[in-house]
Amino acid sequence: MMRDAPISDRVVVYERPQALADIHTHYCPGCTHGISHRLVAEAIDELGLNDRAIIVASVGCSVFSYNYFDIDACEAAHGRAPAMATGLKRVSPDRLVFTYQGDGDLASIGTAEIIHAAARGEPVTAVFVNNAIYGMTGGQMAPTSLPGQKTTSSPFGRSTDIAGFPIRMSEVLAELDGSAYIVRRSLHNVKEIRRAKKAIKTAFKVQMAGLGFSMVELLSTCPTNWGMSASDALTWVADTMVPYYPLGDYRVIDAVKDL
Amino acid sequence: MVKGTITIDQDRCKGCELCTGVCPKDVLVMDNDTLNAKGYHPALLQDPDELCTGCAQCAVICPDVCITVYRDPIPAR
Repeated sequence: MMRDAPISDRVVVYERPQALADIHTHYCPGCTHGISHRLVAEAIDELGLNDRAIIVASVGCSVFSYNYFDIDACEAAHGRAPAMATGLKRVSPDRLVFTYQGDGDLASIGTAEIIHAAARGEPVTAVFVNNAIYGMTGGQMAPTSLPGQKTTSSPFGRSTDIAGFPIRMSEVLAELDGSAYIVRRSLHNVKEIRRAKKAIKTAFKVQMAGLGFSMVELLSTCPTNWGMSASDALTWVADTMVPYYPLGDYRVIDAVKDL
Repeated sequence: MVKGTITIDQDRCKGCELCTGVCPKDVLVMDNDTLNAKGYHPALLQDPDELCTGCAQCAVICPDVCITVYRDPIPAR
């Protein structure tokens, strides 16, 4: 019967996106960087922008992301990806220019660049992967680490007396008039992953329509440095990170609804 | 019920077990008798009763894009 049909006769409902290079990534098992890479690649495929997309890779675990996409790429100095994206977009305004940054890059050393890129209303997109820790350097406290969170540089938990409070970047950037589309999504379950992909696609459309700055913040995991299994890390995102970093649309200008 | 199946690129798998947690039919297991080139026990489809519906939840959560999902064509009425 139909069940015995050879696999070639079956309909492919999910396969590797074209915009993702056929390369094994260096990410740890269960790291959601792989998921966000795939979502970005799927959005590029679906918008047919494979020949026009440029990724500006940042510093952090995502430092090799220029290798992992089959699109044009550029590597920025630590935190300076929005500045480089600004230059690329201004000389080639017909290209899709996006940065792919972690929280140590965007919310720490690169805070000035991201805020001014948004304030200028640069028509670039930032994909902001927030996992509340410095992954590549060995699990130190990040500006986004939660109060009480144990890291290698806060072994007794983040003290707000000494280290202050985490920065909610989406809320900060949503206050700026140059921002057109600022949303926060999470990658902790299948439903939220699907919503995240839709948001990335919308952000790319916002850029191509020239409406202004767009950013999608993705709550992500770091199983290795959190000291958890991959599935426990997803639970930790849902139970601990989402209450501190509420998911939602923080700035969506009216023109976005017409896209 | 829609019938489907998946293929797993076992050399790409890092054994994170996320796919086994989301499968609504529990037909994904970790292949503890095999080690892949990376040194992990990869995921394996163990579906003798053909329960897989091709819902693609495993592929959506897989961080290493190891899984391709197929569905049987729906016969014309």
